[in-house]
Amino acid sequence: MLELKKIKKQFNGRTILNNFDMQVQDNQITTIVGPSGAGKTTLLRCISGLEKIDSGSFVLDGKPFDPANNRDNDNVIGVVFQDFQLFPNLTVLDNITLAPQLVLKQSKSEAEKRAQELIDQLNLTGKEGLYPYQLSGGQKQRLAIVRALAMNPKILCYDEPTSALDPDLRQTVEDIILGLKKQNMTQIVVTHDMEFAKNIADQLVRVEPIKA
Amino acid sequence: MLHYVSQILPSLLSGAWMTIKIFFWTLIASIPLGILASLGLTSKIAPLRWILKFYVWLMRGTPLLLQLIFVFYGLPIIGIIFQRYDAALFAFILNYTAYFAEIFRGGFQAIDPGQYESARVLRLTRGQTLRKIVIPQVIKIVVPSIGNETINLIKDSSLVYVIGLGDLLRAGNVATARDVTLLPLVLVGIIYLLMTAIATYVLRKVEQHYRAWR
Repeated sequence: MLELKKIKKQFNGRTILNNFDMQVQDNQITTIVGPSGAGKTTLLRCISGLEKIDSGSFVLDGKPFDPANNRDNDNVIGVVFQDFQLFPNLTVLDNITLAPQLVLKQSKSEAEKRAQELIDQLNLTGKEGLYPYQLSGGQKQRLAIVRALAMNPKILCYDEPTSALDPDLRQTVEDIILGLKKQNMTQIVVTHDMEFAKNIADQLVRVEPIKA
Repeated sequence: MLHYVSQILPSLLSGAWMTIKIFFWTLIASIPLGILASLGLTSKIAPLRWILKFYVWLMRGTPLLLQLIFVFYGLPIIGIIFQRYDAALFAFILNYTAYFAEIFRGGFQAIDPGQYESARVLRLTRGQTLRKIVIPQVIKIVVPSIGNETINLIKDSSLVYVIGLGDLLRAGNVATARDVTLLPLVLVGIIYLLMTAIATYVLRKVEQHYRAWR
């Protein structure tokens, strides 16, 4: 379980998160909803360590935990970005296997074997040698998910997973997220899409803009 | 006439060899140095940035010819003595590194910050991120500009005559003055064209290599 306790985050004197508390239960889907500018993405960036919090604390499985210091953490948090941020200079397979080889010190064959399992699972079979620009939006997103999963994260975060996709692909994203839940993946999904959030959520967290 | 050409060709070719050497070593040294300098130009350490900005301003703001003269005739005054060839290389590398640094700075700034974040959540180190993700993308962006400078370098190398080095242009000049004919200089022009043609071809191949992805 990941607990957020009294998280405070300011940008240039504007308070985005003030004494924010949240609990992320293992093997569940926690959705974070709220209007634009409420701080959903900021919250996700704090959880994934891309922003330093000003005060408050994170507790993971009962132990204090600092996401911003991600060098020493052991495979904790994976992120699927809104615009995916795939590496354009690497093939699908290399996008997936780069970090497991460099960071987790897996051998090339080990990393590729695991990558292939995930590729097959997320329906990207046959795309291994393509570059990201050759993929459709949905395929890019699935690649981003596979790339994050290959690092064996404890928690997988999504930033607005439906916003960059055609409406008819929303169902597919739901299926993927619910499918991963069956495999006991803990997931945090930031979205402004209430219907989507309700369809997948075990827990729904609202973030409201703070009035100055 | 063919007889005359065969008489002067050896000296032209030995001059061309000097041109090629200066071209080659300047390129080999100043591209990596340019990458390093561009990282310094975008560094968070303000004094480092200032020093590098001053250096780039100095190198781009004065003629390369002047820099050559200063390195060869000026530096000995403060006890730094270079052989002619070393002086030429030193000045060329210093000058071209400054241009390459600016080109690479533009390249680095064109990279989406999300690429660094995406590498960071995958826990790649800064060095790994640069090497595997950022620099390949930067190279793709800068190849055309680097190509321009590369072609310029071939021709700029003729400036070494000022410190008494015998390059291609000088060899042609000597023959023209001695034999009172423009033919050697026509040949010099042809040899330069051949060299730039080869460079253009190689650069096109490099561009094609990077066209596999976008």
